[in-house]
Amino acid sequence: MSEGNIKLSRRTFIVSAGASGAGLVLGLTLPVSGRAKAGVAVTEEVNAWVVVQPDDTVVIRIARSEMGQGTLTGLAQMVAEELECDWNKVTWEYPTPGENLARDRVWGSFATGGSRGIRGSHQYVREGGAAARMMLVEAAAMQWQVPVAECSAANSVITHAPSGRRTTYGKVATAAARLVPPTEIPLKDPKDWKLIGQPAKRLDTRGKLTGEQIYGSDLSLPGMLNAAIKACPVFGGTVAGFEADKVSDMPGVKGVVQVDDNAVAVIADTWWRAKSALDVLPIEWDEGPNAQISQADIQARVREGLTADSAFIGNSAGDIKAALTGATTRVEATYSYPFLNHATMEPMNATALWTKDACEVWCPTQNGESALAAAAEAADLPLEQCDVHKMLLGGGFGRRGGGDYVRQAVLIAKQMPGVPIKLLWSREEDMKHGFYHPITMARMEGGLDEDGNLIALQIRISGQSILAGRIPEALQDGKDPIVFQALSPDGDHAISYKIPNLLVDHAMRNSHVPPGFWRGVNVNQNAVYMECFLDEMAHAAGVDPLTFRQRLMQENPKGLAVLNAAAEGAGWGTPAPEGVFRGLATCYAFGSHVAACAEVSVDDGGKLKMHRIVAATDPGYAVNPQQIRAQVEGSFVYGLSALLYEECTVKDGEIEQENFDTFPSLRIAEMPKVETIVMPSGGFWGGVGEPTIAVAAPAVLNAIFAATGKRIRNVPLKGQNLLSA
Amino acid sequence: MTKLNINGKTVELEFDEGTPLLWVLREQAGLTGTKYGCGIAQCGACTVHIDGNPVRSCVYPASAVRPTQQVTTIEGLSESGDHPVQQAWQELDVPQCGYCQSGMIMAAAALLAKNAAPGDDEISTSITNICRCGTLQRVRQGIHRAVEISRETQTS
Ligand code: FES
Ligand code: FES
Repeated sequence: MSEGNIKLSRRTFIVSAGASGAGLVLGLTLPVSGRAKAGVAVTEEVNAWVVVQPDDTVVIRIARSEMGQGTLTGLAQMVAEELECDWNKVTWEYPTPGENLARDRVWGSFATGGSRGIRGSHQYVREGGAAARMMLVEAAAMQWQVPVAECSAANSVITHAPSGRRTTYGKVATAAARLVPPTEIPLKDPKDWKLIGQPAKRLDTRGKLTGEQIYGSDLSLPGMLNAAIKACPVFGGTVAGFEADKVSDMPGVKGVVQVDDNAVAVIADTWWRAKSALDVLPIEWDEGPNAQISQADIQARVREGLTADSAFIGNSAGDIKAALTGATTRVEATYSYPFLNHATMEPMNATALWTKDACEVWCPTQNGESALAAAAEAADLPLEQCDVHKMLLGGGFGRRGGGDYVRQAVLIAKQMPGVPIKLLWSREEDMKHGFYHPITMARMEGGLDEDGNLIALQIRISGQSILAGRIPEALQDGKDPIVFQALSPDGDHAISYKIPNLLVDHAMRNSHVPPGFWRGVNVNQNAVYMECFLDEMAHAAGVDPLTFRQRLMQENPKGLAVLNAAAEGAGWGTPAPEGVFRGLATCYAFGSHVAACAEVSVDDGGKLKMHRIVAATDPGYAVNPQQIRAQVEGSFVYGLSALLYEECTVKDGEIEQENFDTFPSLRIAEMPKVETIVMPSGGFWGGVGEPTIAVAAPAVLNAIFAATGKRIRNVPLKGQNLLSA
Repeated sequence: MTKLNINGKTVELEFDEGTPLLWVLREQAGLTGTKYGCGIAQCGACTVHIDGNPVRSCVYPASAVRPTQQVTTIEGLSESGDHPVQQAWQELDVPQCGYCQSGMIMAAAALLAKNAAPGDDEISTSITNICRCGTLQRVRQGIHRAVEISRETQTS
């Protein structure tokens, strides 16, 4: 099966090493794809998506990044479905962003985020597979001199039924490559899918079991040096000076360089030596005004926004003021959600080789094209003279969409032309220089009529905007539309409920801490705010939380079906085991309906045990159900780690947490049993990697309330007394 | 030069005093299957075996390893990647990004070497590795499956 990996650049880079003048041919020493390893001659592609080897091996090109989420396998399944090839002969490779650029972006977007890997490319990757199949069949028909319509393809074999002749894809691939690609490309009816919808095994597992998989941080190139880096711990601070001579005699040290105005790197023969020298390098920082800022200041500013007069409106219906005034029962509550680091298992890293004519980068990235742009800018070279080789990611979760570490690697490499340099961040650097889950609070106010129906809901969100921090040009008249994820009037993040009088608005309160897209993005906090507060309202109404939600979801049948499935799967309405209590949550995010029912117990000492979570998701089409299950399970670990333990806090302008001892992650002992119901209803393409993360925390919080009668409104739970006493 | 026995072979390596075994393995011995995740014995990504015991190599000075001791890394766990844990992992598609998995597999293999059929509680206390992708449920299932695979191979 697959040993796919980095593909050799077709335009092999020959760069002259500035200092020595010696030619250095790159690429040849790289870990390369299975076919190149086996010494198989490189075959022409049938089209951009498909290469068929003479031995019938099918190489499928994958544009989006694989970071554990399984998209690589799902995309290959979609191409293979239409290609009608033998799945056991499928392998894969990444085209480089430079090739994409050179070929008018034939592979479309390389961006891998927003749970868009499959749903954003299903159409053109299936067409790529179908077009290749049509060309292969046509090539066979031409060889046999029979009408194309009399030929059919299945399992990489082409058959001409009237004569009984057969051939394989490998035999006609070269001829197919010479044909004019079809313009009309009909796709299969979903009911005829054979591979899409199957729990196919991942194509990238083997190397991850034996240590053979080379990640960016494992890369080794001839003559390569290693770099360790330290940026000013205070965001916005700069380097005032450093005493390079104090470490330049240390073993293996080759250089001490400044990187941009805010960081210093030590270059050495090994990373351990680079880091050891960096640890003792005297650096003086100009911390700047941000050094005065503490967590309390940031929180106060966010809190102030809760009652501020002006705010951006994200969703509104009816007359909220009148409805609240006229309500029989009113409930108010304030919730909060903290800064979080992504803490990908593999810290940030990139390897760069720079000369005055070319720059090459090897790195884990969620967006090869933005990595290329960052490389070219830092290299001060035209895009065409740069390229990026994508490595499999040791986790992404939204952290690796940016080019910060790529830029640094290139800036370091630029100071040693012709020498490849691998920059690896320490965990401490990674923890202190992330793009953090935004800090927000919400003031919730709800009104019930005399029958216990929710007739009014007002949500004031206050806090940081990711777009303002990362992509300000995407703001709409200053407003960040994505802060309303899962609370929006329509679209991929439409609110699940019909509430006659509604006002959701946002008081933007940014801080100096750089925000980022963290798996689930703004749905994480919005689902806690919405789903926990709905539970509060149900409780105030004396109505069962499931019934309370069902009443509000009559116009959302698909969402309702998912909620019902999770509730039913957990046995909602039937007695739970002794001492165990249930909580529900649902939402619509990244185009998928999701719900969870958690079962927890809280002992007399206030210790929480999460026993089981039953999750349900309707992503429209389920390309690979077993990988969807893996994503649900995994997203719960990520989301519950945050719920239980994780929080980044600011002291003197810098993030206080440095490593997993102060930013813990869920261990296997705490992992609840997760049962996932995958219920694709068809007709739409929803995301998978992110939607479910958001329902884990509110379901558990609601179960804690059921167990203890105490509402926890601030995340994380760490350090809070869960008991009412 | 210091002698180390890694994956059954004696090698002579040169490293500075105090260098953790992790970095000697990765940078001197060229065995990059063992990963760096935290450097402070929190995550387990760097787990290797010394004489069969799981060790977090990021805090274990290479100089403390005696030449007579056997260091086993993921590369040396089995000849052809078919240790029962590796087989189980392949069957259940345990890895996501895979970065933590060398350490997970080494921790699981060490547990099974001591306890041929660990119960859920033993798994909970013995496996404390971090996996940010969240493969924990499949890790647990994988250990149970590895027990079955070992039994099947013994009886066949
Ligand atoms: S790297 Fe050794 S425990 Fe994390
Ligand atoms: S599989 Fe990615 S960290 Fe475990």
